Amino acid sequence: MKHRKALSKPFLAVSFLLLCVFVFVWDGAQAAGSSMPLLQDAGGYRPFPIEGISSRVAMWVVAELHLMFAAFVLAVPLFALIIEFIGYKTGDRRYDELAYEFTKLLSVSFSFTATLGALLTFGLIVLYPKLTEYLMSIFSWTFFPYVLLFFLEAIFLYSYYYGWGKMNPKVHLLLGVLLNLTGTAIMFIADAWLTFMNTPAGIDEAGNLVSLWGAINNYTWMPINIHRLIANVAFGGSIAAAYGAYKFLGARTEAEKAHYDWMGYVGNFIAISALLPLPFAGYWLGREIYAFSQTLGITLMGGTFSWLFIIQAVLIGNLFLAANYYLWLGMERIPGSERYRKFIKYLLASITACFIVWATPHSLVATVEEARQMGGAHHPVLGVLGVMSAKNTAVNILILTTFISFLLYRRSNKEATVSWAKAGKTAQFAIFAVVVGIVVFLGVYGYFVEATVRIGLSVPQVLSVLFAMVSVTIIDIFLFRDAKITGPIQWGKMPNRAQYALFFIAITFAWTMGLMGYVRAGMRQHWHVYGVLEDTSPDAFTPTLGFASNVISVTVLIFFTFIAIVFWITGLSGRKAWVARPDVPPEDETAQALPGDGDAQPAKQPAWEGAAS
Amino acid sequence: MNLLVFAAVLAAMLAVRFFLKNLHILVWLALWWVALFVVFKYGIEPPLPASIVNMFMAIVTLALLAYLSATTSYLRQATEAVVRFMVDRRFTVPLVVVLLTVPALVAWQVYAERTARPTPPVSGRTIHPPPPNTISFKGKTIDLVNGENPYRALETSDPEAFAAHVENGRRIYYENCVFCHGDNMEGDGLFAHGYDPLPANFNDPTTIAMLQETYLFWRIAKGGPGLPSESTPWASAMPAWENFLTEEEIWDVILFLYDYTGFRPRAREEIH
Repeated sequence: MKHRKALSKPFLAVSFLLLCVFVFVWDGAQAAGSSMPLLQDAGGYRPFPIEGISSRVAMWVVAELHLMFAAFVLAVPLFALIIEFIGYKTGDRRYDELAYEFTKLLSVSFSFTATLGALLTFGLIVLYPKLTEYLMSIFSWTFFPYVLLFFLEAIFLYSYYYGWGKMNPKVHLLLGVLLNLTGTAIMFIADAWLTFMNTPAGIDEAGNLVSLWGAINNYTWMPINIHRLIANVAFGGSIAAAYGAYKFLGARTEAEKAHYDWMGYVGNFIAISALLPLPFAGYWLGREIYAFSQTLGITLMGGTFSWLFIIQAVLIGNLFLAANYYLWLGMERIPGSERYRKFIKYLLASITACFIVWATPHSLVATVEEARQMGGAHHPVLGVLGVMSAKNTAVNILILTTFISFLLYRRSNKEATVSWAKAGKTAQFAIFAVVVGIVVFLGVYGYFVEATVRIGLSVPQVLSVLFAMVSVTIIDIFLFRDAKITGPIQWGKMPNRAQYALFFIAITFAWTMGLMGYVRAGMRQHWHVYGVLEDTSPDAFTPTLGFASNVISVTVLIFFTFIAIVFWITGLSGRKAWVARPDVPPEDETAQALPGDGDAQPAKQPAWEGAAS
Repeated sequence: MNLLVFAAVLAAMLAVRFFLKNLHILVWLALWWVALFVVFKYGIEPPLPASIVNMFMAIVTLALLAYLSATTSYLRQATEAVVRFMVDRRFTVPLVVVLLTVPALVAWQVYAERTARPTPPVSGRTIHPPPPNTISFKGKTIDLVNGENPYRALETSDPEAFAAHVENGRRIYYENCVFCHGDNMEGDGLFAHGYDPLPANFNDPTTIAMLQETYLFWRIAKGGPGLPSESTPWASAMPAWENFLTEEEIWDVILFLYDYTGFRPRAREEIH
């Protein structure tokens, strides 16, 4: 019974792990119980029953995991729908299959999301009854549409998934639209609860509800809705790209490699497309926070959490670098791209310079001696780079550079044949040059005007970058309409390190989300609801950045373990049915009964070894 | 900026570019790494803190590695060179030298660190600690979120009265603040060199120009003892001036700080 032996090892390992977890939890519960009754309500709080893990950390991890899965299940339908629509319009079956493959990831993820959401709710009720009761007093009427929308989402999701290829394509697309609308509405409602905690509104001085709509439409509600919507697409795209990379690395045939290379590319393309406008949405959110309260604004950007923004800048700088890196490697599989490779060094120089500016901190870590040489806490050069004018300029140039990388990638195997090709390219170059000039000029000008004007300058900077991206794309479409193709893209001819770049991008997205989620919640400091409901629990302090980073890193690790499980379960559907080895006679009746699929043909090798997926 | 260093590095790189053609990719990248290190370390004055140089060099290293591996032929050249160096008998002597030099350098680094003079621990400084929403000033509540300098409006409505307040602020500054913050508000007064961290430089566009006036009121009134509990320990020697000055005097000195430096205080935003 070789297959039984093979199965018994992981079974034993899992059993052992479960036993360890049980002993750990039991021991913790006993230890906590010895010092504090398990369910004693101490001023509206209850301790977590495992010693060494506080209620806050427990809720933190669960909330973060729930958020990450929620982001994924919201984003995947969005781009699955877009891809399906492209497939419908072009008649290219590849798009339809790709959209279906993305959708396959959803059903398991949806269950994970719902389970984690339930765990979060139970945790809040049990561990933070005072806070839960208060939030219920404000938002109780929003719970009903929330639950109703969940029902609808489940109906739309499963009918969208199971109805694939079995419905009129228009009806199926409509289902996809409805699925996305319900998902987005669910997110909007949940966002009202969490933004209310940061920037409460619609209440009187005693904290009683005056206007439900006022509480929902608080200062940061819409900025977070928009920011999350974009971020979820970026995050979901990166996870889907990671899935493509995972399948690419395990692919056994050239056809599979080509397919998953393409899938990784599409996922990454969506992720990076959404990443480009994300800093602008984040900036709007930051402005609203500052407008609501300078205390919150300064806590966020100038005070306790400012170093987390440096970590964030490093992570996002890495994201841009990895995204460009993937495009440059991708050019190698396109015949004719050789003529553009010489530009890589200039693009890289631009990215590195912007990365350096973006990561330069305002508050320097320096020895006394270094500070004396600088003449104070500020360095005259770094001080210039450490403020928003420089950061905005850097991020805008970074976005433009990434856009140029994509443009070069796109035209790698194309040679324009239109009569105005030279003029078109010159116009594109001129647009870039003028926009870079505007962005840099406004960035420098920002140092000579007062703060409110300086903040306002970010708007024309952003608009000019968007103008460049849109206008250059439009010219590009017409420029390469009847282009001479130097050769088809050789999907699958991609080095493995490009796939690791996709993993890196997905992990970095998750990490950044975790860090920024911590900042958003942490800036309230010792308040549950800022200025209204004080946190009087033993955890009412701001954890150190090191501790927070550790919690977030562990959470990201757990998330990717769960995602690996999702990938694995999803991959099972593509495997061949299990059959017993024909050359090994079954030893008992149970083994004979195992091959449940009567249609399956006996394989020459064990199905799990020959599985191509 | 030390332009001489910049010029020397540029000249060296151009010379290599034009006179030493066909250099191996690894040599090129190493040259770039060294050139940028020299620029960051010696080309900028006053010198950058070591923490910043390290961070910049980490980014540069990452970028150079990305450049190397973004082209398969470059990566192949590099790996082949490394393998050749490790296995080819011609390179036995240099290999031995490298194998001995690397641990020796690490040992030297450890020795240098262990025998260095004791110095105060390196720490980051939160430039703008978060203010509370309100403070109590001699029994009166000052709203830091929605409040404003009561004399700021005089700037347009009664310029003469405004000038008198600024003049009063000047007197207060030179009687009380100049010893630490300096004649020109650059944070280099007579006593400044005895402090760590050094007093704030108000001429820096990243200090008072980024703040609302109520924030300055809080910092002046409450000083070091009134700093918030997060990110402690604070090492500010700023006195709590509420013990020595009136409310009007503090608002006046704030008017003077902005008037002297030419900055405008950050206005409240209404963008919801």
